[in-house]
Amino acid sequence: MPPLASSSPTTDTIAYCARGAISIRNVTKIYDPDGVNVLAVENCSVEIAPGEFCVVVGPSGCGKTTLLNAIAGFHDITAGEILLDGRVICTATHTAEPGADRIVVFQNGALFPWSTILNNVAYGPIVQGKSRAREARRLAESLLGELGLAEIGGRYPNELSSGMRRRAEIARALINDPNVLLLDEPFRAMDALTKGVAQEFLLRAYDRVRKTVFFITHDLEEALFLADRVLVMTTRPGRIKQVLNVDFERPRSFRVRASRRYLELKAEVFEAVREEAIKAFEAGERELT
Amino acid sequence: MLAAVDVSATRQQPSEPAAQRKQVGGFILALFRLRHELASSAPYVGLLGVGGLLLLWYLLTEFFDIPRFNKLPGPVAVWTEFTSPKPTFGISIYTPDYYKHILWSVWRVTQAFFWATLLGVPLGLFMGWKKTFRDYAFPIVEIVRPIPVLAWVPLAILIFSGIASREAPIVFLAFLAAFFATALNTLLGVESIDEVYFRAARCLGSKPRHIFWRIVLPGALPFIFTGLQIGVGVAWFSLVAAEMVSGEYGLGFLIWDSYVLSQFQVIIIAMVTLGVIGYAFSAIIRIIGRLLMRWTA
Repeated sequence: MPPLASSSPTTDTIAYCARGAISIRNVTKIYDPDGVNVLAVENCSVEIAPGEFCVVVGPSGCGKTTLLNAIAGFHDITAGEILLDGRVICTATHTAEPGADRIVVFQNGALFPWSTILNNVAYGPIVQGKSRAREARRLAESLLGELGLAEIGGRYPNELSSGMRRRAEIARALINDPNVLLLDEPFRAMDALTKGVAQEFLLRAYDRVRKTVFFITHDLEEALFLADRVLVMTTRPGRIKQVLNVDFERPRSFRVRASRRYLELKAEVFEAVREEAIKAFEAGERELT
Repeated sequence: MLAAVDVSATRQQPSEPAAQRKQVGGFILALFRLRHELASSAPYVGLLGVGGLLLLWYLLTEFFDIPRFNKLPGPVAVWTEFTSPKPTFGISIYTPDYYKHILWSVWRVTQAFFWATLLGVPLGLFMGWKKTFRDYAFPIVEIVRPIPVLAWVPLAILIFSGIASREAPIVFLAFLAAFFATALNTLLGVESIDEVYFRAARCLGSKPRHIFWRIVLPGALPFIFTGLQIGVGVAWFSLVAAEMVSGEYGLGFLIWDSYVLSQFQVIIIAMVTLGVIGYAFSAIIRIIGRLLMRWTA
C-alpha cells in the first residue's frame, strides 16, 4: 500500500482524472417561495480538485443540497458562479442542463422501478447514443460483474435491499464515466451494518475510478471514513466554516475507524459541527426542499 | 468453533437421507401451502356470499312469495329457462340468439375501448408531460367530462345520422365514457411519477423523447391500467344505456326488449351475463397489466 497523502492526489491519478475540477465561487442562493425569502447559502466558495473525494457536512438545512443541486443543474443560484473544469455551469442567469458529466445519486434512490437493474445501468449509454442497446447491456453486465453485483442484473429494484439498490445506482452513475459524482446522503436510511458495507463498496469503486466526488452527509464518521477533505458548513445561511484534511491512506479499510488519528479528527469535526448544530437547533431550522 | 465445523463435516457423509429429507420437505411444503390456502378464507366467504344472495332471492320470490317480489322471476325459473333447449322466450344457452346479443355487445365495447385507449392514453400522457398542453386541454376535459353520457344521446344520433346507421352512436357513447376515465387516470399517472426520476433521467443524458418513452410512459403505466379497468367498466355501463335507447341487438337491447315484452326471466339472464362478461373484461385487462408491470409484483 503506498502511503499517499490523500489530500493531494499522486501524479498518476492526476493523469488519470484531469477532469472534474469544481469551483464554487461566492455562491449565494435565496429561496423565495411565496415571498418568504430564505437565504440558504451565502457567499460560499470552495475549490475541489479533480479526483478529490470531498465530503460536505453540516446541520440540516444548511444548504448542502442546494449546492449539490446547483452543480447538478437542477436549479440556478442567486449570485456567484460555479465552474466545472473551467466551464461556467451555473450562475444567476444561466444554468447548464443536467448531463452525464456530473451524475447525482439521490438521497432516497432513483433507480427506475420499471426497469431491471441491468437496464437501469445500461440506460445512460443508450440514451446518450454512445452505444446500442445490446452493447450497452453487455457493458452494464461487465461493470456489475466488476463491482460484485453480477447476480442482481435481472432483478427489479423493488426486489432488492436498500443497500443493494444504492450500489446499483452508483454503478448506473459510473458506467457513464462522469467527471463528477454527486452523492446526496445516499446511505442515510440504512442501518449501521448495511451502511458500513455500502461505504466500503463506494470506497472500492472510488479507488478504481478516482472521479471527483461531492458527497453530502450528516454522518460525521461516514465523512471521515470516506473523505480526502471534509468541508464543515455553517448553519443557514450556509458557508464553509472549516476544512479538515483527512490523511488516511487509500485504499482504506474499515480498520481506520479504530485508529487514534480517526478519533482525533472525529473530535475536531464534531466540535465544529456541534456549534452549528446547536445554532440550527435553536433557530428551529427545517430543511428546504 | 473448530469443533462445530468438524461435526458438520461428519454429518455430511450420508447423502441419500439428505435427498429423502428434501423430498419430505417438498411434501411438507405442499401440505403447508394447502393448509395456508384453506386457511385463507377468501374463496369460501365469497362463495358463501353468492350462495346467500341466491338463497335470499329464492326465498323472497319463489318460496315465501312476498308481495312486490313475487312479480320477479325466481332463481329456479330463470335457471330452467336459461338451460332449456326450447326456452319459452327464445333465449337460453342453446339458442344462437343469446350468443348473437353477446357478440354484438362485446364487439361494440371492444371498438369503444379500442378508441378510448388509442386517444385517451396519449391525451393523458401529453397533458401530464407538457404543462402548456395541459393548460389548454385540461379545462375542456373538465367541462365536458361531467356531462352524463345519456345527455349525449340525441347529439350522438344527430352527429352520426347517415354515416354508419345505428352502430356509430352506440359505440360513440360507450367510447365517450371510457375515454375520459382513461385520459384522466393517465394524467394522474404521469403526475404520480416522483420528480426524482425525471432528475435522474436528465442527469443520465436523456433527451425529451427518452423522458417521454422511458419515464413518463412506464411511470404512468400502473395508473393507465387502473384507468383502462375503470374505462371498460363505464364503457359497458354506457353501452347498455345506449343499446336501450337505440339498437337491434345487444344485451342492453335484450333487457329493454324483454321488459317491454314482459319476458322477465330473460332480463335476469341478460343482467347476469353482463355481470360475468364485464368481470371477464376487467380480469383480462388486469392480467395484461400484470404481465406488462412485473416490477410492481
